[in-house]
Amino acid sequence: MTTEQRVVSDVDTSKQVALVRIEEVVKHFPIGAGLLGGQVVKAVDGVSFEVRGGETLGLVGESGCGKSTLGRVIAQLHPATSGHIYFKDIDLVTLKGEKLRRMRQQLQMIFQDPYASLNPRMTVGDIIGEPLTNFHIARGKAREKRVNEVMRICGLNPGFISRYPHEFSGGQRQRIGIARALILNPTFIVADEPISALDVSIQAQIVNLLEDLQDEFKLTYLFIAHDLSVVRHLSDRVAVMYLGKIVEVADSKQIYDNPLHPYTKALLSSIPIPDPDLEAEREPILLKGEIPSPVNPPTGCRFHTRCPIAQFPICSEQEPPLEDKGSGHQAACHFPGQL
Amino acid sequence: MDGVSFHVDRGETVGIVGESGSGKSVTAMSILRLVAEPGRIAGGRILFGDEGKQKDVVQMTDDEIREFRGNDVAMIFQDPMTSMNPVLKVGFQIKEAMAAHERFTPKQAQDRVVPMLKRVRIPAPEERAKNYPHQFSGGMRQRAMIAMGLSNEPQLLIADEPTTALDVTVQAQIIELLRDLNRDLGTAVILITHNLAVVASLCTRVIVMYAGRIVEEGSTRQIFKSPQHPYTWSLLRSIPRLDEHQHEKLLTISGLPPDLTNPPPGCKFHPRCRFRVDRCLEEEPPLGEVDPGQKARCWVLMRNALAAQPQQAGQP
Repeated sequence: MTTEQRVVSDVDTSKQVALVRIEEVVKHFPIGAGLLGGQVVKAVDGVSFEVRGGETLGLVGESGCGKSTLGRVIAQLHPATSGHIYFKDIDLVTLKGEKLRRMRQQLQMIFQDPYASLNPRMTVGDIIGEPLTNFHIARGKAREKRVNEVMRICGLNPGFISRYPHEFSGGQRQRIGIARALILNPTFIVADEPISALDVSIQAQIVNLLEDLQDEFKLTYLFIAHDLSVVRHLSDRVAVMYLGKIVEVADSKQIYDNPLHPYTKALLSSIPIPDPDLEAEREPILLKGEIPSPVNPPTGCRFHTRCPIAQFPICSEQEPPLEDKGSGHQAACHFPGQL
Repeated sequence: MDGVSFHVDRGETVGIVGESGSGKSVTAMSILRLVAEPGRIAGGRILFGDEGKQKDVVQMTDDEIREFRGNDVAMIFQDPMTSMNPVLKVGFQIKEAMAAHERFTPKQAQDRVVPMLKRVRIPAPEERAKNYPHQFSGGMRQRAMIAMGLSNEPQLLIADEPTTALDVTVQAQIIELLRDLNRDLGTAVILITHNLAVVASLCTRVIVMYAGRIVEEGSTRQIFKSPQHPYTWSLLRSIPRLDEHQHEKLLTISGLPPDLTNPPPGCKFHPRCRFRVDRCLEEEPPLGEVDPGQKARCWVLMRNALAAQPQQAGQP
């Protein structure tokens, strides 16, 4: 099933329809009132891309690049400062009240920390079933039946319905979080680092579960992670983010085989491979320094301060737009593919 | 942690791999006798030094252990922010680390601060020495910790998840730094991590721990190319790889790591092992040699398991 779907999506990606379209989304957080007032953290600073129906779009970047903020803005947990988020061609930014609430049913989120994202005083049944009550979909026996069903789908024993989160391991708690996201039959799920807090031997269980659920329920994922190996494994397409901007978007295979942006290339080359022979040959491109502050991002291309191939003054003055460099492979760089 | 024995040669880089609760950090802490109450080293020996004039860390007096820590062996931790004093300047803390021992005079110690920061590639080391830890980024703090650890020229550096809190591009810088320091100064490194790929990148020998025991040990090549313990074998197949060519389902290890207050009888991995035989349920296997330089704690061994069930070999 998985392979079949992926083959199809490889062939006619161009025909696939955008389920979510993000246009020029900006999210700024004001900081430091008083004397320092007026400063803002430009967490997401003008981002456009689309997530196609039935695909997994991987969103990668280092800490502080704005990927989690972007995920939360798309999932309507933070209001966008400006820009548009179209879900099935309806702009969520303009929706209010009951209409927005209705849309939210189709739009769910899975969080990174399975310890912090579950209310410790609620039973697992209440946590998973709460959305059914909130949306007046089911009560009493009908609710319990649906909770049972979703628990089974997510690999949880329905016999544990009356237990509390602390009685579960990290991997099981993440299954509870997934069951809660799934219970309203959503079409689109934003998964923010759903496996990075789990033990290595548990991660594969959750990765496989997410894949199985996608096949079974035709889900569309925005999968946010810093681990490029996992993103490669799960994603049809990948968007790379740096300091509030998308620097490259392409099919998973293109991104990994032929990265055009020097940041993507450096990021890929920094990942060690669990194979000593390949490791001996691998020569990482070591970037200078660390990601600059999003309060005061560099002028021009935001990556120019760390870029091994930056040319001056163009890279420090002109911001390169995110453009198609051929066959749908988008990159924001004045010198794509030259590293 | 129960009956762990291993050795680290002069100048060697050894990786200790395991999940949380496998005992890998406790093992490292024991080398410095830093096990927190109510834990204790109930038995065994920790020998340090050349053959013939080895010192046993377990028998050392308090004065001896203080000299040993820092002077012979240094340790760096996952979160450098909690291991530095936030109200003292970084340069001062490095100097203090040297002043605590008698290898250098106060003058020498002062003069060594900037070169040490330079050695770990902190840009503008003169100015940076006057900064406080919070003015450093995460990667720079880890570098400063390494500078502090190496300031007394120890023979062994124990790095406990040194890159876990860092981004991948910064992780690559720190791995490169540890590799260079090992090569240039001959400092032996024990790298404790859950990340197998980092081990493949830096270490020449690997120790795999599970439920407080060493379950497999060998050269990096042996462990990654021909793992004999089912836990090692499964772990390697459960992680997605950047160089994977086709989409394959990941192998999952069922169940959870055992509760160490109530470990299972027999082999501690048997409840999660797909290759177990009856004997595994009752009798714990010894850590036996399977090849020159490679040991595994298993009654079955992967080479026999795969020969008996060849269909498993094709599985991802």
